[in-house]
Amino acid sequence: MSSSASASSAGDEANDPSSRVVTLEPESGLSMECGARPARIQVAYQTYGSLNADRSNAVLICHALTGDQHVANPHPITRKTGWWEVMVGPGRPIDTNRFFVICSNVLGGCMGTTGPASFNAATGRPFGLEMPVVTIKDMVKVQALLVDHLGIERLFCVAGGSMGGMQVLQWAALFPKRVFSALPIATAARHSSQNIAFHEVGRQAVMADPNWRGGKYYEAGVRPEKGLAVARMAAHITYMSDDSLHRKFGRKLQGRESPTFSFDADFQIESYLRHQGSTFVERFDANSYLYVTRAMDYFDLAADYGGVLANAFRQSKSRFCVVSFTSDWLFPTTESRAIVHALNASGASVSFVEIDTNKGHDAFLLDLPELLATTHGFIEAAASACGIPGAP
Amino acid sequence: MQVNLAAPGEKKARLDHALITEMVKEGSRVLDVGCSDGALLILLRDSKKVDARGIELSQVGVNHCVANGLSVIQGDADSDLIDYPDDVFDYVILSQTLQATRRPKIVLEHMLRIGKKVVVSIPNFGHWKIRLQLLLRGRMPVTRGLSSQWYDTQNIHFCTIRDFVDLSKTLGAKIETAVALDQSGAPIRVKAPWWFWNLFGEQAIFLLTRKE
Repeated sequence: MSSSASASSAGDEANDPSSRVVTLEPESGLSMECGARPARIQVAYQTYGSLNADRSNAVLICHALTGDQHVANPHPITRKTGWWEVMVGPGRPIDTNRFFVICSNVLGGCMGTTGPASFNAATGRPFGLEMPVVTIKDMVKVQALLVDHLGIERLFCVAGGSMGGMQVLQWAALFPKRVFSALPIATAARHSSQNIAFHEVGRQAVMADPNWRGGKYYEAGVRPEKGLAVARMAAHITYMSDDSLHRKFGRKLQGRESPTFSFDADFQIESYLRHQGSTFVERFDANSYLYVTRAMDYFDLAADYGGVLANAFRQSKSRFCVVSFTSDWLFPTTESRAIVHALNASGASVSFVEIDTNKGHDAFLLDLPELLATTHGFIEAAASACGIPGAP
Repeated sequence: MQVNLAAPGEKKARLDHALITEMVKEGSRVLDVGCSDGALLILLRDSKKVDARGIELSQVGVNHCVANGLSVIQGDADSDLIDYPDDVFDYVILSQTLQATRRPKIVLEHMLRIGKKVVVSIPNFGHWKIRLQLLLRGRMPVTRGLSSQWYDTQNIHFCTIRDFVDLSKTLGAKIETAVALDQSGAPIRVKAPWWFWNLFGEQAIFLLTRKE
């Protein structure tokens, strides 16, 4: 295992990220769920705050499908603020003045951790579809190796929303002694049929783009941008609610007084979605989108425990706080209740809040006072139970 | 102290909390159903070292509890007790909430299933003042404690002490302890027949077990 700080290079974040990287050699013993034993894996990660003397204040943030390790710093490509700055930062619920916060790009991602866009030393070209199929458990195992590398035995908290929440649950099940508290938000213990269906639509859009070329577009110097943008547009609808779309856009027209009777983006919502699609492709790799959506599809935590979700948490002494949102129809409250039910059945310590909002699934990323108050209270109480002193 | 016949979960200095705390053994596992801001759970945790869990309907209440380090789930007695396995708690507590549930009998059945012991406190609708109001005025009673009009109240299933005793029998529960509280909130320590308590108790606290 070796580690180095890498210089910024917006051109090739997949191979030369503007983050610290760790290289896991085959000796690290990673075997993936599909059976593959990867030769080397690069992990790109960001940290914030500092680790205390007894190494008890580390928080691992797990990012969602199209997120990355840049939780609380400007994004190296888009220059936008970090994706969870409302939650993570000085004086925020996950207070970087108090906690040592770690976030790594997931296995299969495209921001510096090994994924399909990474250079494969064995072939001398990017992996493309030669990358083994990744699962949530594989992502978590890689994160655990990173946490080992950082010399941390137990994480004070593992937190994340959506796919990040799946990783939180997997952490708690796989490494119960290494997780003091767990904060899974807007997530599920298994991906629903409807959600697999949405992902399949996205993947088919990517693969239908002639520039995709069976995943070997890197060598040709093209990118399946149209397909990936369509995938993002469709997915983006699922992250919002009918009500929030209606309030934000209604039937308002985009920069015109009347319909053009054409297929231009007459409506503001069309223009908005096109913008979401076109900005997404600047920062995300199409093959990564296939791999990471697939990882979510395969996620079914109970399956490893005889189909009984409660058994996944049988060993757990972690304190859980499960959060859902009323208008989230992608990961509805019923999914969170199933998690809470299992945690109760296994006797785990669990709190659960359903937050009333019209913001849909994306609510977990937003500045919602109720969300911040709940997480703040949970983190404070856990920190006090863990013996971590208050903010300096 | 006044009987909390208004909205359940309303914050008041509660003598019944002290009495419930007396009934709970040190270090036990406790579920408080309708735990409001967690006051009883905090009292139990701090004085009896219990493993304190709660269920509360209001988001504000849950936030308050979570911020105080309690493990509390947003939900209600009617829909969420069904999710708990048998015998997971030493005590299941329902404090001044039974009368606000949709299906009190089913709620009690679940409590007896998931808890080895059940503590229920109820406002007594058989209290003489309430009887008198109905008798003399012919209208739904409105008292200091019971301040809501019939169309405004969240309390949809009032009962008397004797009604509750009957329900306990129907459910095959054994009443281990029963305490009636008078107008001042002090326990009526005299040994009296049910009819006496039913007339002079403003509220009552019961400790039930399953008859095996």
